[in-house]
Amino acid sequence: MSHDSTVHDDEGAAPQTLPSDPSRRFWIGTTCAVGGAAGAALAVPFVSTFAPSEKARAAGAPVEIDVSTLAPGEMRTVEWRGKPVWIINRTKEQLGTLKQNDGELADPKSLRPGFTPAYAKNEWRSRKPDLFVAVGICTHLGCSPTPKFVTGPQPSLPNNWDGGFLCPCHGSTFDMAGRAYKNKPAPDNLEVPPYQYLSDTRIIIGVDETNKA
Amino acid sequence: MAGEKSVETTGLLGWIDRRFPLTSTYKAHLSEYYAPKNFNFWYFFGALSLLVLVLQIVTGIFLVMHYKPDAQFAFQSVEYIMREVPGGWFIRYMHSTGASMFFVVVYLHMTRALIYGSYRKPRELVWIFGVGIFLCLMAEAFFGYLLPWGQMSFWGAQVIVNLFSAIPFIGPELSLWIRGDYVVSDATLNRFFAFHVIAIPLVLLGLVAAHVIALHEVGSNNPDGVDIKAQKDKYGRPLDGIPFHPYYTVHDIMGFVGFLIIFMAIIFFAPEMGGYFLEYNNFVPANPLVTPLHIAPVWYFTPFYSMLRATTDDFTWVLAGSAVLAAIMVFLRVKGLMKLIAPVALIAVAVLLRVIDAKFWGVIAMGGSVVLLFFLPWLDYSPVKSIRYRPGWHKTLYGIFFANFIVLGYLGTQAPTDIFNLMSQVGTLIYLAFFFLMPVWSRLGTFKPVPDRVTFQAH
Repeated sequence: MSHDSTVHDDEGAAPQTLPSDPSRRFWIGTTCAVGGAAGAALAVPFVSTFAPSEKARAAGAPVEIDVSTLAPGEMRTVEWRGKPVWIINRTKEQLGTLKQNDGELADPKSLRPGFTPAYAKNEWRSRKPDLFVAVGICTHLGCSPTPKFVTGPQPSLPNNWDGGFLCPCHGSTFDMAGRAYKNKPAPDNLEVPPYQYLSDTRIIIGVDETNKA
Repeated sequence: MAGEKSVETTGLLGWIDRRFPLTSTYKAHLSEYYAPKNFNFWYFFGALSLLVLVLQIVTGIFLVMHYKPDAQFAFQSVEYIMREVPGGWFIRYMHSTGASMFFVVVYLHMTRALIYGSYRKPRELVWIFGVGIFLCLMAEAFFGYLLPWGQMSFWGAQVIVNLFSAIPFIGPELSLWIRGDYVVSDATLNRFFAFHVIAIPLVLLGLVAAHVIALHEVGSNNPDGVDIKAQKDKYGRPLDGIPFHPYYTVHDIMGFVGFLIIFMAIIFFAPEMGGYFLEYNNFVPANPLVTPLHIAPVWYFTPFYSMLRATTDDFTWVLAGSAVLAAIMVFLRVKGLMKLIAPVALIAVAVLLRVIDAKFWGVIAMGGSVVLLFFLPWLDYSPVKSIRYRPGWHKTLYGIFFANFIVLGYLGTQAPTDIFNLMSQVGTLIYLAFFFLMPVWSRLGTFKPVPDRVTFQAH
């Protein structure tokens, strides 16, 4: 902090001309290495506290939904593991648009790993064509896209818009099967969560052949 | 007495000076720290940053006395401060408006450094500590914005934490680890609170001390970029230097008064600044199921946010092409070891640009555009420091750079459209080219002769 001044060696110290003592060098090095390792190991418990707690891990119970009241064209949002899950009863017209835009989609056949269970790897990305179930979280940076089911030109959307979803954060667009359009920030199609039919009118989210509750 | 230091001061001050370097520190940093006499308006902003830092710390301490870092109560506790704590609204608006004013003065402070070459040798470390402070401020602002637990708090944090998930292989696990839950939740709020009120401020204060100590070691630059230590009087004092205290302390207090008039006017009449300082959606409690229709970060992040949005799959072709061009240019112009290493590295980057998702490169563009600033002292090869003695077209380049930064900032606040997206892509290229091509353009042109003494008109 203050003005620098020259520091002189303590006269009692070993003369600089003497060779260094290899035994002392060894023990200085060893002490530093052991102390350093202990210090680094101490970071482990601190770092581990950042991971999700047992409470957070446990809060993932499956959700049951009655879909009999869902009119064609209607969408409902339920909460599963803290995320919005959409259930949409798609109309015939909406299903009809799904075959038209393959050329403009980033991954029309849902071939990229991780976002589509085997039973949803089809044109409509669902178990039954009309009912679409997807996690309403954009695969880009996690915003929840907005439904834009009205077709035709409108702000932030192309003029030949066939209906789908628009992410308000970074402008990614998805078709009525949650498939991402090319040249938008989102690399993947919307995630289809594990789900199955309990009966014709009830589905359960969070459970399927490979995921038990 | 044995071991006691001999000092010139007597009495109580002498007693202290024999035990603590009080007088010598005072002299080194205030009464005998010689600053150039030709400081202009731009030189207010360093002192103003310090003023805002103190205000933020003091208001922050008082806010913590009433705030509850719990997802259940956070939103209400902020509203409680606003409506029921006597004077609470004033402290809260001072803090939330103070965050924006902090970035106003820091951006102006950085502009000053850019145009007068204050980052050039021997002030590289002053600059590096400064960029470190800028990064800390960004972290502080980001962590702090989650605390009111409004819609923008929640979704802003969701987006930024998910940035880390773009990193190949470890990304998804890393963002889970940062959140401490599968979505932004109470656990996230608690840790962000800890970072905001203690962890980052400690680092910030350390860096501010290092910034000032490094500055006082090498001395301040000035609008002429002249080294005032080259011309000294018979006592070894710079001819163009004046003691910081009382000259610049008084000068800066005048700056404080002017700044506080503007600051208070904003707090009283426009604390939200039309949605730019505090976004309207943040007066709605966080809802994990619905993203607001239009989300944008607070204004001081938007230039970098625009670069994130600009990086689409198509744009990585442009970036990869630029990297290949750069590789050819380096191969043709540079001699020695770098002739081969740099082009190979650049070609590798070009390949990776097309192999890894554009999402990852958007994050790299955003982070890289800030990290790039660290290297500025080694990118500028101009023979003069100050813009005053550079060729006229250099001034135009700086003008384009600053205008471009403002345009990127504006685009970042707007909803994405095709034309805006194209504009941000052009803007991103201009930003990157300004720095990456600086080693080339900064030495070109006819430079004006730099005087021996600073130019100063006594008034």
